[in-house]
Amino acid sequence: MANLESNLAGIKSPNPFWLASAPPTNSGYQVMRAFEAGWGGAVWKTLGTPIVNVTSRFAALDYKQNKMIAMNNIELITDRPLDVNLKEIAECKKAFPDRTIIASLMEICEQKAWHELVRRVQEVDIDGFELNFGCPHGMSERGMGSAVGQHPDLIKQVAEWTKEVARVPVIVKLTPNITDIRFGARAASEGGADAVSLINTINSLIGVDLDTWNPVPHVDGKSSHGGYCGPAVKPIALNMVNECARDPEVRIPISGIGGIETWKDAVEFLLLGSSNVQVCTAAMHHGFRIVEDMIDGLNNYLDERGLASVQDLVGKSANRITTWENLNLNYKIVARIDQDKCIHCNKCYVACEDAAHQCIDRIINNGSSTVIVDEQECVGCNLCQMVCPVEECIEMIEIDTGLPPESWKQRSLRLESVPSAH
Amino acid sequence: MSEQLGASIHKQLSEIEVTLEANRCLYCYDAPCMNACPTHIDVASFIQKISTGNVKGSAKTIMDANAMGASCARVCPTEELCEGACVYNEAGDSPIRIGDLQRYALDYVAERDIQLFEPGPDSGKRVAIIGGGPAGLSAARDLRRFGHAVTIFEAKDQLGGLNTYGIVPFRLSVETALWEAEQVVKLGLDVRTGVRVGFDVTLEGLVRDYDAVILACGMGSVPKLGIEGENLEGAWDALDFIERTKLGLPVPDLGERVAIIGAGNTAIDALTCARRLSIARGKEARVVCYYRRGEEQMTAYQFEYDFAKEEGIEFRFFCAPTRVVGQNLHVNAVEFIRTRLETQGDREIVTPIPGSEFTEQVDTLIRAIGQSRLIETFERLGIAHDFGVVKVDDALQTSRPGVWAAGDCIFEKGMREAMVVEVAQQGKLVAASIDSHLRSGVAVEA
Repeated sequence: MANLESNLAGIKSPNPFWLASAPPTNSGYQVMRAFEAGWGGAVWKTLGTPIVNVTSRFAALDYKQNKMIAMNNIELITDRPLDVNLKEIAECKKAFPDRTIIASLMEICEQKAWHELVRRVQEVDIDGFELNFGCPHGMSERGMGSAVGQHPDLIKQVAEWTKEVARVPVIVKLTPNITDIRFGARAASEGGADAVSLINTINSLIGVDLDTWNPVPHVDGKSSHGGYCGPAVKPIALNMVNECARDPEVRIPISGIGGIETWKDAVEFLLLGSSNVQVCTAAMHHGFRIVEDMIDGLNNYLDERGLASVQDLVGKSANRITTWENLNLNYKIVARIDQDKCIHCNKCYVACEDAAHQCIDRIINNGSSTVIVDEQECVGCNLCQMVCPVEECIEMIEIDTGLPPESWKQRSLRLESVPSAH
Repeated sequence: MSEQLGASIHKQLSEIEVTLEANRCLYCYDAPCMNACPTHIDVASFIQKISTGNVKGSAKTIMDANAMGASCARVCPTEELCEGACVYNEAGDSPIRIGDLQRYALDYVAERDIQLFEPGPDSGKRVAIIGGGPAGLSAARDLRRFGHAVTIFEAKDQLGGLNTYGIVPFRLSVETALWEAEQVVKLGLDVRTGVRVGFDVTLEGLVRDYDAVILACGMGSVPKLGIEGENLEGAWDALDFIERTKLGLPVPDLGERVAIIGAGNTAIDALTCARRLSIARGKEARVVCYYRRGEEQMTAYQFEYDFAKEEGIEFRFFCAPTRVVGQNLHVNAVEFIRTRLETQGDREIVTPIPGSEFTEQVDTLIRAIGQSRLIETFERLGIAHDFGVVKVDDALQTSRPGVWAAGDCIFEKGMREAMVVEVAQQGKLVAASIDSHLRSGVAVEA
């Protein structure tokens, strides 16, 4: 049994799985249920001046028979009075003292307002604050949420104000609706924040109803952009988490968020540099019970790899990401098709023929067809392997080029150093 | 009516089953299922279209390749064709339910009365088709799409041939067979039902009055067994029996014991039809199939054989009828003799075993030993044939100029019966052949 205890900027939790600030953490009733199910922590739905919501609020992106590979929402922060939320936070903390409760906050950009909110909230026993600079819809129109997160100077300023009065660690939640996530993360770090969490939701519009031509979701025939989340956003989140993890000016730990549904997703976030993870869409899709397999699967994974602690995973793959110019130009892999496993669907053939480099030959003999890779022509792009429906039928095999590793950067330097012919 | 024979053996897919199954399809390239279909329906495309909600487009993809797509979705031995070729078999998984999805797409357009095709611009050419069965209808559909005027001469009252008259209703209903024929008629056909070529009109007249003639007359009735007593009351031709039952015409009491001679697909239809009919009448007759060869030599598809056994049919192999015994001019018993197979050269000959005679009490005797060839008809029409199989060249032209042929009347593949899908393909090919002939004629004249 590995030690699953996570530590984000000194905030310890029995496991690295927190519920993100969102509809599942709207009330004490829900957070109690989540803790009963085993969640290590919960970031309470954002506290601030209660708002009024619209209906409807959510919409899903389905892929073929797979429901909800992503969703978006136009729900705002808490619509309940602050004292009610604080009373329920206290009850949850009393019932589950070993679990983490983080208070997510949103306020207008005024020092006094932030000081007041932080002071009031920390009257109850909480483990940290998370400043919501990420919410991309509704609140941003009022100068809050991602409107703050898109201005590094405002991030730094509000982080400073918060730190002036906060007695517990402060996490800054970042918006991905920017061109480079590192600017916001650096600002949070400079402002004295103890950690960053990312990503919040991405500006999105799920679609249009083909019968009515109404946007989806719609409020009385109209809509506004929403916040996109769920499994489909994971690659975007992984990249942003890793960019922050590798940036020398971001000197604070990371709480990873974005499309995490299984223990495997969590391991990837941890390996690329986050200290724990936050989950929302998966719980909205399947209920709090999914955390049981997340914990169990992570534990078995650590045991199988002989790792004592979940913290041994943090950042282990972070520095395997680099810039393109540092990649080895002399590394070569080619596709090889296992003819015994091939079921002759020809998907690899048509993919390579139409969309890659025309290096799969199809030999038709007596009505049966065989697909063979021309290894001389194969550029090792992986496309055939990606479209193959059979597990381990197409393998990418490393070919020894006989050449020493050389990156583009190195090659450019080498070529520059060659004296010009004239 | 035919409802008394019980529900269709085909289960309608639920919407969720359709979604799951359509999305499970791998959308193979140059897909083996397509190549296994005699009409080359682009199965991967029609299923992909179902998955995107383009069900009308899906139905059009099916029917474009096969004008008998709705019948084929019910009667094709899919295990031996498209589903048998599905790559999932190789992966050790169950194949895509192609037949069920095909039925789904075609039910969709049938329920909504969606017309899929339009006739082509008028070519000024006229084609006569003798026989309104699957081959004739398939040819007519494509000829109309090419713009040629088509007249169908059909001896029966309704179009559809064996689809309408000869396949049990719980496998293929009259409604489906007629809907499919109607899709062709809607393209603008001159349909002359109840007309027999050689009696009511002459082939000479057709050859004279039309630019091309297609012989798609199928085959004849089930031949006699050639034994004493088989003309007694209670002895049936399997196709007559199925037809009367399917159309809801009066069928006398079948009694307690029904014997069927033969073990092809029509025999299975007659067996299950008789069994269901007697159950509907509260009798539950014992229905037994007698076949002079063994289980391995049966020409019925495996799934048909399995289905018959599930329906409670009994099978007796290696026995041949020798005499029908009557009582009050009605079948009362059948005498059989046991047989065995003897190898003579490369053939296996059925040989009676002397002294092995036995008698079975039988109230209804149905013979289902294949269909007779229309030798006399072809002789009369002056069409060259081999033992009743019309001779055609690669372009499906007969020995008689201006006369082409398709369907059962040219089908000669050993012991096997032609499948609907195969004759539909022949209809398609003969239409293309005639179109090319007529157009080259146009080009020469111009």
